[in-house]
Formats: sequence, C-alpha cells, structure tokens
Amino acid sequence: MSAGLRTEQLVKIYRSAPPMAAQTGFMFGQPRSKARSDKSKQVEVTALAGLSLEVHAGEILGLLGPNGAGKSTTVGILTTRIRPTSGQAIVGDFDVWREPVAAKRLFGVVPQRPNLDFALTAREILTFHGAYFGLPARESHVRAEELLERFHLGERGDQMVRGFSGGMMQRLSIARALMHDPAVLFLDEPTVGLDPQTRLVVWELIREYNRRGKTILLTTHNMEEADELCGRIAIIDHGKMIACDTPAALKASVPGGWLIRLRFSSATPALAERLRALEGVREVRSGGDTAVDVYADRGGALIPALVAAAANAGAEIHDVHLSEPSLENLFLLHTGKGLRE
Amino acid sequence: MNWKTFLALLGRDAHVARRNILPVLVMNLIQPMMFVFVFGRIMTGSGLLPPSYKNMLLPGIMAITMVISGVQGVAMPLIAEFQFTKEIEDRLLSPIHISWIAVEKIVAGMLQALTAGLVVIPAGWLLIGTGLDLSGTQPLALVAVLLLVALMAAASGIVLGCLIGQTQIGMMFTLVLGPMIFFGCAYYPWSTLARFPTLQKAVLVNPMVYASEGFRAAMVPGIPHIGLPAVLAALGAFDIVLLWLGIRSFDRKAIG
Ligand SMILES: Nc1ncnc2c1ncn2[C@@H]1O[C@H](COP(=O)(O)OP(=O)(O)O)[C@@H](O)[C@H]1O
Ligand SMILES: [Mg+2]
Repeated sequence: MSAGLRTEQLVKIYRSAPPMAAQTGFMFGQPRSKARSDKSKQVEVTALAGLSLEVHAGEILGLLGPNGAGKSTTVGILTTRIRPTSGQAIVGDFDVWREPVAAKRLFGVVPQRPNLDFALTAREILTFHGAYFGLPARESHVRAEELLERFHLGERGDQMVRGFSGGMMQRLSIARALMHDPAVLFLDEPTVGLDPQTRLVVWELIREYNRRGKTILLTTHNMEEADELCGRIAIIDHGKMIACDTPAALKASVPGGWLIRLRFSSATPALAERLRALEGVREVRSGGDTAVDVYADRGGALIPALVAAAANAGAEIHDVHLSEPSLENLFLLHTGKGLRE
Repeated sequence: MNWKTFLALLGRDAHVARRNILPVLVMNLIQPMMFVFVFGRIMTGSGLLPPSYKNMLLPGIMAITMVISGVQGVAMPLIAEFQFTKEIEDRLLSPIHISWIAVEKIVAGMLQALTAGLVVIPAGWLLIGTGLDLSGTQPLALVAVLLLVALMAAASGIVLGCLIGQTQIGMMFTLVLGPMIFFGCAYYPWSTLARFPTLQKAVLVNPMVYASEGFRAAMVPGIPHIGLPAVLAALGAFDIVLLWLGIRSFDRKAIG
C-alpha cells in the first residue's frame, strides 16, 4: 500500500508563548517580561503562514528550513497532534482533522524529541505499540525482536528506557514508528544529536524503507542531509514555502551557482555597479552599508577581478567568503540569511 | 470504536499498575488504615467512643480509600505523561478517537479504586477486631455504590490530572483532596451536622458526602444516613458531569 500526503494553505497561529520544551535551540527570542506585563494582549506567533505542500506516494521529501521555520508544526498538524488555525492536511485519502483515526492508521511518527513511554521496557514499547495497531501478539513479538536487533538495542531490550542515551532513545523511537509498517513515515529532525556513525545507519534505514515504496516526509535544518536523502526538497522559512524541487534543480536555480560574500569598508551603489559589470557575475545584492553578495558562475577565478574593481572604486575589502553551488546559497538568495544564522 | 486498540491501551495500564501494585496499595491504604486502627480500635476500646462508631467508620473509610486511589491512580500518571516528555503521545497516536483514550484511563482508574475499596473490608475487619457488624449489607446496593463511587473517583482524577501541573501536586492534596475528605462525612454521618445547618447544606456540593453516606446506606442501614435513592441520584449526577468534564479537558489538553 502506498499513500501520499499534502497540505493546503495551512495556517497556524500560536496564541501563547511556547512551552519550554518547544523552544528549539537559540532562535526563540520572545521577550518574556513583555508577555507578562501585558496580559490582555496575547503573544501571537505565526508558525505557518499558508503552507501548501505535496508529497507524492513513494518519494522522500525533505522539509528544509532553519529553527523556527515551522517544520515541527507542519508535522504536528499532519499527525493530529497540533490543531491548525486554518487550512487542510491530507494523508492518503483522509483529511487528518475530519477522519483522524483512519489517517492515524496510515502513518508512523518519529518526533523531534523522543516521547517514549517511560513506564515500559524497550521491548514492551514496541510490542504495546504493535498491540495498539491491532497486530497479533505473536507477530508483534517477532517484529519487535527484529527491530531491536536492527537498531542495535538487542541486549537492552528488557530495560526501562529512562536510562537510555539520547541516541538510543532516537533509535528506539524510529523502531517504534516502523512497528506497524506504515505507508507514510514522518521523521522530524531524525539525526540531530546522533554521532556520525549512527547518522549513517539511520540514513540507510530511511533509504531502505523508501525502497519498499513507502512515502517519507523528513524535516531537517541540515543541507547535506536533505541533499543526500531526498528526491525533492521543500525549503521553508517563517512558515512559508520558498522553493520546492529536486536538489539539482534547486542548486541550478541560483544565478551562476557560486556565491561570493564580500564585506567592505563601505559599499556604495557605484561599487555594486562595477561588480555587476564584471564577467561571470550574474547578480549583485547589497546587504546594509558594508556587505555585498555576488552571485557568479565561477568562484576563486573571480577574486582578482573583484579585488581590482574594489580598488578602482576606492573601497577596501575586509572579508571574503566563497561558497560553491549549494542549497545554502539558494536559501541566502531568497532570505538574505543563512540556514544556520 | 476500536475494541482492539481500547483493550491494548487498557492492557498497557494494567501491566504498569500490576508492576507497582504493592507500593501503590500500601501508599493508598496506610493512612486510612491508621485511622481505622486509632479510631476504630483504640478510641472505641478505651471507651472514648461508643462501640457503634466502628460500624459507622468503616463505610466512610471505604469511600476515602476509593477516592484517593482513583484520583491518584489516574491523575498522577497523567500529570507525568503530559509533561514535556509527552509520553502520552504514543497513545494519542494510536488508531482510536482521543476521547476513547480518556474513557480508557477512567476504566483503568475505576479498577484501581475498586481494588482498593474491596481491600478495605477485610483489612478493616482485622484492625477493628470484634464488634464490627456488616450483616445488614444489601449486596445490590453495595455494587451500585461501589461502581458509582469508582467512576466518580476516576473521572475526578482525569479532571484534576488535566488541570494541574507537576508543580501543583502538593496543592491538589491540601486544597482539593483534604477538604473533600474532612468535609466528606467519612468520619461522622451527615445527620450529625444538623447542629451546623449552614455547613450541613454546604457540604452537599462535595461528592464525597454521597460516597460515605452511600456505603453506610448499603452496608450498615441501621445507622442514620441519606436515603439510598437520593444518594444514587446524586452520585449519578456527579458522575455524568465529571465524566463529561474529564473527557473534554483531556481532549483539550491532548491537542496543541
Ligand atoms: N506550542 C507552541 N506554543 C507557542 N509557539 C510555538 C509552539 N511551538 C512552536 N512555536 C513557535 O512556532 C514557530 C515554529 O516552530 P516549529 O514548528 O517548532 O519550527 P521548527 O520545527 O522549524 O524549528 C517558532 O517561532 C516557535 O517558537
Ligand atoms: Mg522542529
């Protein structure tokens, strides 16, 4: 069985500040004191601003965006955990919010933070999960055993999971999502915090699962991961879609491909004009008084010309950063900031 | 409604409860049993209280024990599972409507309350010694009261578990369970409040009152008590309201 999924004009506005657990990393800058002192005016965070997304049956689609872009919110809405403010979420043939039970049968979820049942052992987590999905006890035990072995959790199977390391919890969390062999698999930043070796193991598992015709929606803020695994990538920022295509097509859509980020003592419009006139330069964007981004079809070979042009315009170069064709460049082109910023 | 999933969820809770059955029973029973011993044996044995107090006390203790077990058995795990670890999500994602998960929690809580309530009878017998007379017990009425009180306790557990955060657990005991028990007519029959007419009316909002009086009506009908039909009606009404409130709070809490 295979099933795709899609969202239509998904909007999510959170009416309160996120709980501590939802504050991902360093991005969240909601001033706490302000929320306190002004209770009548609620804090509103627009996590999704009309996101329409389609994942075809049998493909791996990567949802790529910086922290706070709305990736987890999208996955939460598609998996019945977060109620959308408006818009539709559809998995297979089912509107997730009209027929949640039918939709839940179709998918498995690996959440960003492992939500394992701390009252159970690793093996019980898998067998009870199987039971919730109506698997016969015998089959459930066989599958659990297989998955524990596959995920190198065999000898820890009968221990409570409270003492597990982050990596072990993550692996168990993936194993649990596979227990009922879902047609659609949601993976929310599945490799964050894993060591490089385990990361490769997880990548291989994802590919293998996809080869069996399964549909996968993977979120990540890691470009290499998206590039490596995904047939198509949807880049989102501030709850909006920026671009969606194959990794190759996305990279090719950056003018020239190369990006040279320059910082001058002062960047005047005249300087920008001179840079634009150079051979190989496709686009020039100024950011503030001192920064200029140059998109070009060559990289290092252009540096001498850039230096000469700057000298002619009387500007001193303070910093040069060269980056080869990549998804990061695409993100910069559309948003003016990096994925990691 | 998906029975397989429902039974599997119940199986999970039973499995976890079985693992902790001894510590949980001890925790829920120790206070009521000390009370039974001190008031039912020492005070009556020394003549400070009349011997008939024994028969009046035991039904009240059953009510207390069931309410404590049901509320704790549902609320405590729920509070933990709704914490930032979101342990409950595994079950929220199982193929069943969210409200049925609340119902399952209530059924599991009822089973815990019933177990604890039934343990009180033999335990009380042992501690009180001679003089306990439950020969007037009406079995059908007892079963009805047991079920209604168990449901009341478990549904209250869901409501409290959804309203209260980890840091407010202590407050739940001192501000909610404490007054419920002391003004719940467990240690004295409701009729003895006749000399405090305002209090006698005020305690009628406390479901514990009907639990204590209901067990008296069913087990020691000779002692003055609120009439059985009125008790059953009141317990039924509380059950319906708490059940509705519990399921609603659970649904709201479960989905962000
Ligand atoms: N439960 C919540 N309450 C309030 N705001 C939230 C909540 N969860 C997320 N947010 C906010 O919504 C935005 C999107 O968050 P999220 O979907 O977690 O992004 P991502 O997964 O891409 O990092 C962020 O600004 C975040 O702070
Ligand atoms: Mg996230």
